[in-house]
Amino acid sequence: MPEVTLVEAVTLALARAMEEDPSVVVFGEDVGVNGGVFRATAGLQQRFGPQRVMDTPLSELLISGLCVGMAAQGLRPVGEIQFMGFLYPCIDQLVNHASRLRNRTQGRLSCPMVLRTPCGAGIRAPEHHSESTEAMLAHIPGLRVVIPSSPERAYGLLLAAIRDPDPVIFLEPTRLYRSAKGEVEDNGEALPLDTAFVLREGRDLTLISWGAMLKETLAAADELAADDIRAEVIDLATVKPYDEETILASVAKTGRCVIVHEAARTGGLGGEIAALIAERGLTSLLAPIARVTGYDTIIPLPRLEQYYMPTVGRIVAAARRVATFA
Amino acid sequence: MADEDIPVIARFDVRRRSYLAPDGRILRKPPDFVADIQSLVSLYRAMMLTRTFDLKAVSLQRTGRLGTYAVSLGQEAVSVGVASAMRHEDVLLPSYRDNGTLLWRGVEMEEILLYWGGDERGSLSSGPAHDFPFCVPVGSQAPHAAGVAYAFKFRKEPRVAVCLLGDGATSKGDVYEAMNFAGVQRLPLVFVVNNNQWAISVPLKLQTASETLAQKAIAAGFRGEQVDGNDVIAVRDAVEEAISGARNGNGPCLIEALTYRLGDHTTADDAARYRPPEEVQARWKEEPIARLRAYLVSQKAWGKAEEEQLLAECQQRVEAAVERYLATGPRAPETMFDHLYAELPSTYTWQRDELKGDSSHA
Repeated sequence: MPEVTLVEAVTLALARAMEEDPSVVVFGEDVGVNGGVFRATAGLQQRFGPQRVMDTPLSELLISGLCVGMAAQGLRPVGEIQFMGFLYPCIDQLVNHASRLRNRTQGRLSCPMVLRTPCGAGIRAPEHHSESTEAMLAHIPGLRVVIPSSPERAYGLLLAAIRDPDPVIFLEPTRLYRSAKGEVEDNGEALPLDTAFVLREGRDLTLISWGAMLKETLAAADELAADDIRAEVIDLATVKPYDEETILASVAKTGRCVIVHEAARTGGLGGEIAALIAERGLTSLLAPIARVTGYDTIIPLPRLEQYYMPTVGRIVAAARRVATFA
Repeated sequence: MADEDIPVIARFDVRRRSYLAPDGRILRKPPDFVADIQSLVSLYRAMMLTRTFDLKAVSLQRTGRLGTYAVSLGQEAVSVGVASAMRHEDVLLPSYRDNGTLLWRGVEMEEILLYWGGDERGSLSSGPAHDFPFCVPVGSQAPHAAGVAYAFKFRKEPRVAVCLLGDGATSKGDVYEAMNFAGVQRLPLVFVVNNNQWAISVPLKLQTASETLAQKAIAAGFRGEQVDGNDVIAVRDAVEEAISGARNGNGPCLIEALTYRLGDHTTADDAARYRPPEEVQARWKEEPIARLRAYLVSQKAWGKAEEEQLLAECQQRVEAAVERYLATGPRAPETMFDHLYAELPSTYTWQRDELKGDSSHA
């Protein structure tokens, strides 16, 4: 199997989806001739033509609204927002329309759309280019929010998102675009949405994360293993709706849990997951839950961004505290 | 400041179309469909039905049997004129005040009442399958209209998206972003701006410094035109021409229909707080129904007997719809989960089950 980067896996999935379904339309700013600022749509316009791979005006709100109109007409729109920091004009469309078109028409119209956007810090990008505001999106009923953490999952989950009959926000960690490499077989096989992936089994401690933070979380698990602390590592992958059962089953086994996310702490999904465990898994807990997250600050410009993001050291320290709590 | 040596590189004009004067006289040679007097009678009947329905809806609200309602009083010529210019397979993206358009397109009155009565089943709709439901966040349906029109163009279907907006909506970025894209892609999309002069309490002069709203299309690279929105002949003619152009690949068009909101913004509003009664009284002299009636009477196509019969018929149809509305049974509370997703994610099924088994609301 060929080894590809995460961004190449995205391209493979888009091309596969477009090949198998002529109603898939890809559009956004610079996605055509330029192939996207991260090259996620490289070569697609040459292959599928300017009607199916369309450069839009510089209008993020429009891109999200176009998705709704096209989806209601039976197309399978895949819109790209260039960076998550430019997604915010789309919130009105996501909250007021995409997420509720099916409900407000009682199923007469539906909204099978995907809105892709790169997310996260760590690539020394300019201001507004390093956002991790997935919790904001996860709060919207009717949406799905998916974040892959490897090329394999980027490929399989993006295919699933495009085939899904409901709106999916697909967040692609920029930090992994080229740094994450893996074998991907371009066989058109999707991975399941709404399902967490157990990346590593362990008996002592559950580490839950998603997106780029899995990189640090897995490295932390390695470090802990050297001290014979066996961490189970869960990639949440779909953060809305998230897989409660996999989390609860793991915590039932380990009794200890650390949640790691790049997003700011307050109102982040770590709090949601901790509440779930408190409600339904409290009796299996042997230690308080810990969260290792970005700080409640504005994501700093590149000179300080590495201090903002959770580090392997912070994760290991929290994990040791939780693992040794008695 | 203007330096005569600096060349003018573009000039634009905006036309205003009108055929019927407020007293029903014909101002200029009307379009061909006017020769078929029955087509005008149909428009008249639809406007009367809309008004009868609207007024009944307000009285239902006043007596506690309907939620907040947006009356279209005085704007029936826009609603009906637009609808009469569309084909069934075209797609309507309405605003929340376009009752006459929905009724013409086959939406049942009891469905509109159900919607404003607080029941999503009202948007299930007997109208064309792909029409959008009322859009409440102002102007936010304009990008959908562009998406719908893109789908038509993409599939090479001779269909047109028709997006109905108010004057307030033209201040929103959504509308401009959609217009801009429609211009770039030459989409089969017609924007109709129902300029009723008031966005709740904000008059047009505080909404924009533009002389017209039609000219906003010019910046997006396509034609904008004003029509007398109280002249149903002008509305239908202008919209028909715009739709036909869009259908034939000539791209988008914007029609600004000048009318007046004779009623309150909604039943939750009291317009007497912000506009003088004299202004409203003066505008009653221009309203669209009396105007068309005067023309029909002048053509001996309408008289007292027809009027009485139509009124009775409208009342009877509206009353029957109200009865069906009031007789609509309650929905099971857990149905709020039914159309959240194509299939409810297993994560949420317990919430539905909890609601289903919850007797504390009884």
